[in-house]
Amino acid sequence: MSLDALTLLADAAPAGAAKTDFMTLLYVLMLATFTGLLVIRNVSRLLHTPLMSLTNAISAIAVVGSIMLAGKQETTFSTILGAVAVVASMTNIVSGFLLTDRMLKMFKKREPGKS
Amino acid sequence: MTMDSIIQPIYLFSAVLFILSLMWMSHPSTARRGVFAGVAAMVAAIGGTLLLPGYQSYHWIIIAIALGAVLGVPLAMVPLTAVPQRTALSHAFGGLAAGLVGAAEYYLWITLHPEHLTRFGVGALVAEVILGFLTFTGSLMAAGKLMEIIPTRPITFRNQNAINLSLFGVAIVAGVWLVIAPGHWFLFPLIVLLSLAFGVLLIIPIGGADMPTVIALLNAYAGLSAVAMGFVLDNKLLIAAGALDGSSGLILSIIMCKAMNRSFANVLFGAFGQVQVAAGAVEQRSVKSATAEEAAQIMEAARSVVVIPGYGMAVAQAQHRVRELYDALTKRGVEVKFAVHPVAGRMPGHMNVLLAEAEIPYDKLIEMEEINPEMPEADVALVLGANDVVNPAARHDKSSPIFGMPIIDADKAKTVFVIKRSMNPGFAGIENELFYADNTLMLFGDAKAVLTQLVQALKE
Repeated sequence: MSLDALTLLADAAPAGAAKTDFMTLLYVLMLATFTGLLVIRNVSRLLHTPLMSLTNAISAIAVVGSIMLAGKQETTFSTILGAVAVVASMTNIVSGFLLTDRMLKMFKKREPGKS
Repeated sequence: MTMDSIIQPIYLFSAVLFILSLMWMSHPSTARRGVFAGVAAMVAAIGGTLLLPGYQSYHWIIIAIALGAVLGVPLAMVPLTAVPQRTALSHAFGGLAAGLVGAAEYYLWITLHPEHLTRFGVGALVAEVILGFLTFTGSLMAAGKLMEIIPTRPITFRNQNAINLSLFGVAIVAGVWLVIAPGHWFLFPLIVLLSLAFGVLLIIPIGGADMPTVIALLNAYAGLSAVAMGFVLDNKLLIAAGALDGSSGLILSIIMCKAMNRSFANVLFGAFGQVQVAAGAVEQRSVKSATAEEAAQIMEAARSVVVIPGYGMAVAQAQHRVRELYDALTKRGVEVKFAVHPVAGRMPGHMNVLLAEAEIPYDKLIEMEEINPEMPEADVALVLGANDVVNPAARHDKSSPIFGMPIIDADKAKTVFVIKRSMNPGFAGIENELFYADNTLMLFGDAKAVLTQLVQALKE
C-alpha cells in the first residue's frame, strides 16, 4: 500500500465498532483530573515524598499498554520495545510501592512510654 | 459473554482502588492502607490486561515482568537521602515506557493497521511520544544533577530560551504535520530526536535548589504521557490513573512554586542560582561564632528550641545526630520542634522523611505557616544546613533574588545558632543577613561533628 493511500485512509472514519468515542474519553480525563486534584490537596505535607513514590508506581500503569505489545508480538520491533517498556514499568511498580511502604513505616506519632 | 465484559469491570475496580489509595495518603495513620490499595489496583490492572485475547505467547511478558521486579527491589532500598534521585530515575523509566509504546504503535499502524491512522489517533500518539521522551531525558538530567554527576549549577548559553523554545516549536510543527499526513513516516524519528534533545535542554539550565519543583513537574509529565497512551489505546483505566498522577504532580509543583514565590516560567526559564559575579563580595561584615559547649549551655537553659533543617542535613546524613540532640534536650525538659519549609531539601517533603527515619515523632514536624507565629517566643532557633529559607532579606530587600519568598522567621527567636561549614554563600550565591544579625551565633564545622559535640556537652 502506498503512503498516499495511507493518508487517504487516515481521513476516513475509524474502522471497527469497539472504539470508545473521543468525548467519552475526554469525560474520563476531566473527571479523573478533578478527582485527583481534590484528593491530592488533602494529602498531608508530611507525606509528600511518599506520595511522589506512590504516584511513580501508579503512573507505571503504562505497563498495560506495554504488556499488550509484548504479548501480541506483531513485529519483532514492537515486541522488543514492548518488553523493554514492561521492564521499565515493572521496575517503577515494584520500587515505587516498596519504597512508599518503607518510608510510611517510619512515620510514628510518638514513641511508646513517653507522654 | 465476551472477554471485554469481564476485563472492563476489572479495570473499573482498579481505578476505584487507585483513587482510594491516594485518598488514604491524606494522613499518616491511614497511609499504609493506601499502599495496599495501590498494589491491589495494579495487580487488578495487570491481571485484567493478561486476560485480553490475541496474545501469541506469554514468554516475553513473564520474562520482562520478572526482570523489572528484580531491578525494582534494589531501587526501593536506597538510603533516604538518595530518594530524590531515585524518584527522578523512576520518572525517566515512566517516560521511556510511554515513549517506546508510542513508537512501537506508530510503526505497527503504518505497516499493519492503517485503519488506526486517524487524526485523533495520531494526535494522541504524537503527544504520548513527545511527553514520554522529553520526560525520559529530562528526568535523567535531573537525576544526574541530584547525583552531582552533572554540575548542579545552571548550565547556560546565549539565546538559550529562544533555542529551546524553537526546538520544541519544530517538534510541535512536525507533530501537527504528521497528524495531517500520517504516512510521512520520516517525521516520526525527527519528533523522537527533538523530544529527547528538548528534555535535556529543558533541565540543564535549572539549578539544584529548584529540583523540588522540577521533580514535581516531571511527575506530572509522566502522568500526562500515560493519559496520552490511554487515548492512543482507547483505554479508560490508563487515562484515569494517568490523570491522577498528573494532577498530583501539578499540585506539588504549584505548592513548590508558591513556597518560593516564583512562577512556573521563572523556574523553567529563569536559570536561577547562577554564580553572581562578585556582587557585593567586597563588603566584609563581622559574624559572631560560638563553641558547641557555649551553645549547649544556652540550649540547656532554654524552654523551647526550634530546629530548622535544610538540604545540608541530608548531605551530612546528620538526621540521626539530630535525634540524639532531640533526646538530650527533651530529657532536660526543653521543648524541641522542627520547622519544615516546603522547599527544604531536594524534593517535596524530603526533610519530613529524613526526620521520620530518625524516629522523630511526626507531630513535632511543624509546617512553616504554623511555626512562624511561635518564633518570637522561641528561645533558640537552630539552623541546620538551611540557608535561603531563613534569609530575612526575602522579607524586606527588594533587590534580593529571593525577595518575596516565604521564609521561616528564624531571626525572631531570642538566640539563633547556625551550623555551617564556612562563610561561603549558599546555593543561589546570595548573602544571608541572618548570619550577621546581633542575636546569631555561628557554629562552624561539619553538621554531624558539631551535633555530636553538642550532644556530648549536654550529657556532661
